[in-house]
Amino acid sequence: MPTTATTTGVPVDTPWEDLVTSALLGTDRRPLRAEDGAALGPAALLDAAAVHTVWRRAALRPATGAAPPEPAPADLRPPLPRAARRRLAQLLADRSVPPGGGRRGTAPDLTELIPQWLASAGARGYRAPAELLPALLDAARARTDLRPHVLAFAGPRGLWLAGLNPEWRFALRADARGARRPDTADPEAVRRLWEEGLFAERVALLGALRERDASAARSLLAATWSAERAEDRLMFLDSLRSGLSGADEAFLEDALTDRSRNVRATAAELLSALPGSALALRMADRAMSCVNPDRTGGAVSVAVEAPHECDAAMQRDGVVPVPPSGRGERSWWLGQLVEATPLDVWRDRFDGRTARELVTLPVADGWAGELHAAWCRAAVRQRDPAWARALLGTPATPPADGPGTASLAERSQLLATLPSAERALWVAGFIAAHGLSEAFQLLGVCSVPWDGPLGRAVVDALDIARDAGSYPWSFSGVMGLAERCLNPAEADRLAVLTTTPDEPEGASPGAGGYWSEAFQRLVSTLRLRAAMDAELADDGGAERHARNGTG
Amino acid sequence: MVLSHGGETGRPTGPVERRTAGRVPAPGFDEVSGTADQEPESAPDEASRAVDRPSGDSASRAAAARRAGRRAERVTGGAQELEQRLADLLRGGLAATDRPEYGLWEETAARMVDAQAPGLAHRLRELGSVSASGPGWPVRLLEECALLHLLDSAWLRLDRLPGPLAATVRTRVGLTASAEGPAVRDRWTVLAQYDTPDGRITTRRIWLYGEESGRTALLLSYGAPGRAPARTLPVGTVIDAEVTPYPGGGGLRAELGRQFGDPVVTAAPQHGGTTADALGAYGRALRDDPWLDAWPAILRDVIPAPSGDGWQLIGAADGSALPIAPPALSRPGLWKLVALSGGSPLTVFGECGHRGFDPLAAWCPEASDDIGAGTAVALV
Repeated sequence: MPTTATTTGVPVDTPWEDLVTSALLGTDRRPLRAEDGAALGPAALLDAAAVHTVWRRAALRPATGAAPPEPAPADLRPPLPRAARRRLAQLLADRSVPPGGGRRGTAPDLTELIPQWLASAGARGYRAPAELLPALLDAARARTDLRPHVLAFAGPRGLWLAGLNPEWRFALRADARGARRPDTADPEAVRRLWEEGLFAERVALLGALRERDASAARSLLAATWSAERAEDRLMFLDSLRSGLSGADEAFLEDALTDRSRNVRATAAELLSALPGSALALRMADRAMSCVNPDRTGGAVSVAVEAPHECDAAMQRDGVVPVPPSGRGERSWWLGQLVEATPLDVWRDRFDGRTARELVTLPVADGWAGELHAAWCRAAVRQRDPAWARALLGTPATPPADGPGTASLAERSQLLATLPSAERALWVAGFIAAHGLSEAFQLLGVCSVPWDGPLGRAVVDALDIARDAGSYPWSFSGVMGLAERCLNPAEADRLAVLTTTPDEPEGASPGAGGYWSEAFQRLVSTLRLRAAMDAELADDGGAERHARNGTG
Repeated sequence: MVLSHGGETGRPTGPVERRTAGRVPAPGFDEVSGTADQEPESAPDEASRAVDRPSGDSASRAAAARRAGRRAERVTGGAQELEQRLADLLRGGLAATDRPEYGLWEETAARMVDAQAPGLAHRLRELGSVSASGPGWPVRLLEECALLHLLDSAWLRLDRLPGPLAATVRTRVGLTASAEGPAVRDRWTVLAQYDTPDGRITTRRIWLYGEESGRTALLLSYGAPGRAPARTLPVGTVIDAEVTPYPGGGGLRAELGRQFGDPVVTAAPQHGGTTADALGAYGRALRDDPWLDAWPAILRDVIPAPSGDGWQLIGAADGSALPIAPPALSRPGLWKLVALSGGSPLTVFGECGHRGFDPLAAWCPEASDDIGAGTAVALV
């Protein structure tokens, strides 16, 4: 600046604060002064402020930076193929668009495909694209069901990012399985984490070690067992469920005398799932004193004499003495004994009869329901497919007349013990015989994508429902399930159903059009899923093998 | 259209008024995101220019000159009125503007629209939101009042200003000029493309960087109410094209001319500088256009880092830091930027100004071994 005053007379070295004060209070009350002391007006103030402002802006310099964050840990998983990356961005962008309300129209519901996409990408071992991590974390924040998949997929950089944004704190709390898997190959690291880790870290460690070396996990647990808190003991004990074997029996027997009732009950349940265990045999002894063949008259039937007391030994073996309200004590005890008894003992007890033959034997005095229900629970607990098959009976039999149980929840548990192809076939038969209205729960335990026969049964049933003239939204649950679970290869076969049929006599008005729309959506969803699978399969696998030699 | 005065009344000033009247005041002064903010008011004149353009014969040229003269007179009247109002305001004190019933800005802005000085009207409306922009508002209000005063007093002394500065003042006041070249053919990298609502109209800004010329150019386009602007250039591509600059405003704003061939995807820009380079460029640009809020800059090897309530971009080499501008802090793009960086240095393009750095695009670090390494990621 060659002069010492602005054009209107304010000295250029007038402090900025003086200008602000004068401006705020007004030059009438707080005028600026020229060098000769004369009061200056607003134009002079604005001139001076303009010079200051441009000076200040032109003279800006960078500050000294704070400490940058620790870099995110490396993620060695291979990157997503480009097309899959674009697809994920599209799925996540669609998530933030609210649904159009009312009828769903023919367009696929992309939001419903996010979990499947994440599972598929996770199974292939891809790394999440960094720029999509914020959208992924936002999605997981809004939908708890997405969290396990998102956190595994987001990996170490996702956790790192969540640590910087309080809105994503859930990611740090969650038991991020897979994301922070402890290294179980280093015994020293394992011991240190077991002794010093947080509860969630210890549970994750125990689970991981159990998968790798079942007895090492048990030894680790046994070393500190008596010092653990009761609720922790319960969680730790639960980890023995995977890889359970006779080698765990001694430890579990000890746990039967635990201070905590819940721990005792869990130990007893685990032992009873080991058919050769001493507990299972003790329970078998008790059960056989209650359930016996009755050979009076020509045919064999089942005679039942429920226990008259629940003694201390029974309680020690996990039998809960007090029944829930509304149930008799004796039938409650009986149910627990039979449930914990190895199913094989009944074959010997009843002259070598198979499970299928046993469930058809008449049962005396109205005990059939109680006995069959207990057998169902035993089949589920002991994961015995032969008994599950017998108790399920043929799918065409109406549920009320079936051998085991009419409850769909219990039937789906029995189904879960069968190999997946057999499961699908059984549910297909059930749908063919009884339609879709009760099939929802059973479909839930079938593996995805649905096997051919099951898919065809569902589609045929939907076709029949359409012909019957009802509205498709009566079947929206199954329809939604079909969109996610049908094999994408079915799309071409389904395309013929997308035409609007003639309205049959007595049909709901306009139903045909809605059905056509629903089938169009189903077909386009299946095509989209096929495209998504192809994108995820694209070149990534080869790249991954080249990189680290693992699959 | 060749009638001497008919053209004046027939000028489509309607859209100008509608648009400015419908403009939503920004929640804080800091929300003004434009750099060369001579628009958006210049937009409708794109249409009117065709009407006004001298068609060659002297009669119409004379008519156009008369129209321009009349408009200049009206603007001058507006500028004088604005000077008076600013003087009254400063005489009574800025504290008065903090009151809810204070109504000077809207009313004066409407007067500036009448005076066909949409640039002044636009600045006035932005001023209206400063009093409610939180702690420190008197400082920001004084700064903007002073710059507004600088602009209208510059208009009143336009004949004494050097040519380029006079062009800048004309554009800032809201008079349109034509892109007048010479055209620059270059391989232009598309650094950013983003839209801002201006009332019912959407303004689209596209930033280009010329590989050979080293120039940065800003393309503006507008979408009519309810429609997105038509021109789309994907971020991260390179176009071989001619670009013609407009006068004034530091020569940033330009018009896209002929394109040669299709856009091609490119890698991360190889140029770019430090935080000090970016601030230095902004400071130099203020010499040509003291009303600039920010200037485009590519930062190389910077790391986003939390700092107090906000974020910084820290130079990996020298530890120097630029704050991230407040409007960017609430945009999802900030978290994309942080995620891309992962705590490691990366290249960022944005607008650097007195409020800080507004990141608009980033490139994954090449070292990240990512399928997207070198791919541009738009942050707005």
